Parts: sequence; structure tokens; C-alpha cells
Amino acid sequence: MIGSRIRERRVISGLKQSELARRAGISASYLNLIEHNRRRIGGKTLNKLADILGVAPVLLSEGAEATLIAALREAAARSETEGRAGAEAERAEEFAGRFPGWARLLSDLARQRAELESTVKALTDRLAHDPQLAASLHEVISTVTAIRSTASILADTKPLEPEWQSRFHRNINEDSKRLAEGAEALVRYLEQAPDAQSEIMSPQDELHAFLEEHGFHFPMLEGEDDAARIPSVVDRSDRLETQAARSLARTVLEQYARDARLLPAEVMARAVAEHGPDPSAIAAATGTALPAVFRRLAMMPQAEAGPVGLVVCDGSGTLMLRKPALGFTMPRSAAACALWPLYQLLTQPGAPVRLRLRQGEARVLALTVSEEVAPARFDRPALWRPHMLLLPDPGPEAAGPLREVGVNCQVCPIADCAARREPSILGRAF
Amino acid sequence: MGKKVILIEDERNIIEAISFILSRDGWEVKTHSNGHDAVAAVRDRRPDLVILDVMLPGKSGFDILQEIRDDAELGATPVLMLTARGQQKDREMAERAGASRYMTKPFSNAEVLEAVRDLVGP
Repeated sequence: MIGSRIRERRVISGLKQSELARRAGISASYLNLIEHNRRRIGGKTLNKLADILGVAPVLLSEGAEATLIAALREAAARSETEGRAGAEAERAEEFAGRFPGWARLLSDLARQRAELESTVKALTDRLAHDPQLAASLHEVISTVTAIRSTASILADTKPLEPEWQSRFHRNINEDSKRLAEGAEALVRYLEQAPDAQSEIMSPQDELHAFLEEHGFHFPMLEGEDDAARIPSVVDRSDRLETQAARSLARTVLEQYARDARLLPAEVMARAVAEHGPDPSAIAAATGTALPAVFRRLAMMPQAEAGPVGLVVCDGSGTLMLRKPALGFTMPRSAAACALWPLYQLLTQPGAPVRLRLRQGEARVLALTVSEEVAPARFDRPALWRPHMLLLPDPGPEAAGPLREVGVNCQVCPIADCAARREPSILGRAF
Repeated sequence: MGKKVILIEDERNIIEAISFILSRDGWEVKTHSNGHDAVAAVRDRRPDLVILDVMLPGKSGFDILQEIRDDAELGATPVLMLTARGQQKDREMAERAGASRYMTKPFSNAEVLEAVRDLVGP
């Protein structure tokens, strides 16, 4: 994609193709072929073009990792919303190209900070909304109330008949035992909080660190009766520290094991060998519903199915599973771009979409389908989970025009976007 | 004959202690310990005052209060709400639902006596 980067740089510099070609000493039609990635370009011409465009040649030849740049822009955006402007967000790519180590450090720090913030929020929420904590406290307070009331009767009521006296003594004794148990349970519960020494992440982050560590593939869960191994796979992982994360992981792996029984590894391998990573063909050949085919494709080893990405959200649009691929970036915590075809399924769950997407330099084929996870009832609607599979872009002949989408609004350069919900900090630069 | 009070609360020993101090103060005390049929119990007893816990098995104290207030015959009965949560939100909810007074656990016996005497004048 050297050509695309040269084109992008040229457009940013406001140079005409013919002008750049003339100054580089090549023909305009040759430059045109280069810019459309139809001619390889090497040493001298590359250096010359980089020189004219005022960028390091390595930035054109290798670019900087798209996710790194997105992370830098996101960090700049956050700090700007907090009133600390000054980061040159529009030059994030250049920064990442020139100082990859520093850029990675900065993006890691920004990510850690976001995680810490969400942990603090989670802890605050836990205090305010945790039903188990509320129930424990309620128990303790009720018991204290009974003890206080009973004790003051014993102390203040003169004369108090012996039968009343012994009755209230018994009650106090009973309640003080309950209070001790309640207080102990409370302490035990609070001590279960995640280990403060280790890196603190949200349960969703822990889940994704766990899935990434396994490359989203679990060969030990592929067999007929392997679902029984899930608890040990989960318990053995040191990525899953909190109860909440372990429970999320168990749910994902249970689904994995169910999918593996529907579509065993050898069936998938045969189907992919015959049809390529084409979910419709695989679904038709195996008689399996599309959502399961999506998940199986995305969770096959890359060597067998090629690069495949997957996003799953729930009815609120919250991303529940993210497997990035092909340079398509997915936000970690913030809501994503409303133009993702994933979200079309929220209003039309029965209408799958097949569409080419462009996100920055990434081009992918997106396929979406929704899975009904709970049927409709008269007291609540059906619950759906939209899935979006990302495959390599087959080009316009095979899949029609591109839709331009973003990651999320803050770091999105698309101008005049009807789906925009907050300003981009990149507006000025593009 | 003393004034009638109904205590709707599910903690056995709180029931026992409050019943005792109110009886000694000259009240005729009835108790009820679940939410389901609390309103029916109020209708049966026609008390001069209701003492109502917020967290009850079966039905929330707020819902019971609402039903009492919506009832043509019981609507004017003073209601003293008891809760283990002192949050502003709960206080506002109780006021909106029409609680005559609101008391946070753990309270002292003297506070309870003062509140019930205030709510039901001699």
C-alpha cells in the first residue's frame, strides 16, 4: 500500500499528480500507476518522492501501524476534551513513523490510564449498585438496629419483668451472633476485590487479553466432550483475574464448544478448502446458521482461514466481542462508528448486509447477520446479537462500492458526516 | 383504650423490641411481616398510624405506601417509613410517595417514640 500512502501524502501537501511526477523526474502516468499500487517502487524514486513530500521514506514504505496511530489520535482527543490542547493530532502518523518506540509508550500509557479510569468507575458503581454488597450491608444494619433497640430496652426500662428480660437477652445474643457472621461475610466479600498489585483491567479487557493470548483459537475445546474442560481452561489462565472476567470467558468458551460441535474442525477445514472463507457457501454446504459459521471462521487458526475479524454487539450496541483484523480498528471502550453495518441489524435484525468498507487505509469486506439469543415473548421483545465478520476486500467487481466508516467520532477524519455525534479533533488537519 | 399502630417489618427482633416500647407507651400494637398482603392488613386493622419498612419480602414498602395513599378510606393515615439506606434518593422517593416521616436505621427507641407521638397527636 505504498502507493496509497504516497497519494494521501500528495493530497495533504496539495500537489497535483503531474507536478509531483515532474519534480521527481518520472512520468505522470507512471506515478498514477504507482499511486494505485500497480507498480512496485524502490530505492531512488521512493527517496525522491519522500524528499519532495517532506516525510521520512520509511513512513511511505512501511507506514505506521494503523492501530498505533488511531491510539495516538484517541489520546490526543481525550486530552483535548479535558482542556489540555496542544498535541499535534494531525501529525500522529509522522510521529509514529519517526519515533515508533516513544509512540508505542505513549499509546500504552494512554490505554493504561483509560483502563484505570474504567476500573475506578467500576469500583464506584460496585459500591453504589452491587446487589450483593447492598444485601450484606442491609443485613448488618438491620441486625444493629435490633440490637440497639433491644439493648436500650434492657438498659432503660425499670422495672423490667424477668420473662421480658430473659427474652431480650436471648434476642441480643442471637442478633450479636448474626451481626458477627454478617460482618465476617462483608469482610470476606470486600477482600475478594482484584489484586491491587497487578495490572487492573475491566472484565471486558481481561476477557480480550485472554482471547488474544490464545489467538481466539482453543484446540482443547474442539472435541465432542471438551466442554467439560472449560472450567480448567478458565481457571488456569492468569489473564482472568476477576470473577466477572472468568464468568465472561466461560460464556464465550461455552459458545465456542457448542459451535465446535455444530461445525467440527475437520468439517470447517474441508469447507474452507473447497469454498474459501465464504460464510454463505459454508453455511449452505454444512446446513449451519450463519452466526455460528461467522464465529467458527473468526476463531480458526489464521493459517487455515486467512485473516478474519469479528465484532459482536448486543441490542444496546455495546461491543461484546472484538477480534480486529486486516487493519480494521475497533475502539476498546468508547462506542464505535454508527456507520458500521453491524448497527443496521439493530433496526432490521432479519436483513443481513454484505458491504465493502474503507476505514482509513484498511479495506475489508463486511458481512453482517444477527442471531436471536432469546425468543420474543409478550413481556419482552426478542433479544438479538448482531455479528459482523471482516474478510479481505475482494474488490468492487465482486462486492460493489465502498462505504467509508470510522473507528469512533473523535479520531475520525470524515467531513460532513450525518452520523457524527461529537466533533473530531482531526477536523482542522484534513 | 390506646391508639392503634400497625408495624409492617420483617426483622423478628426489631418487631419484638418496637412492639415492646410502643406497648409500654400505651399503644395497641399489631404487627405484620410480609409485603404481599400488607395493605389488606392495614384495611382490616384501621390503625391510627402505620410504621412501614422499605425492604419487605414480597413487595416494596414504596409500593405499599402508594396503595395506601391511593385508597379512599386509608389515604389519610400517617405513615412512618423505616429504611436501612439513608440515601437522598430514597428519602425523595419516600416523600414523593407520600410518607409522613422517614427514619433511617439504626434508630434509637427514643426517636421512634418521639416520631409516633408527633404523627398522632393526643
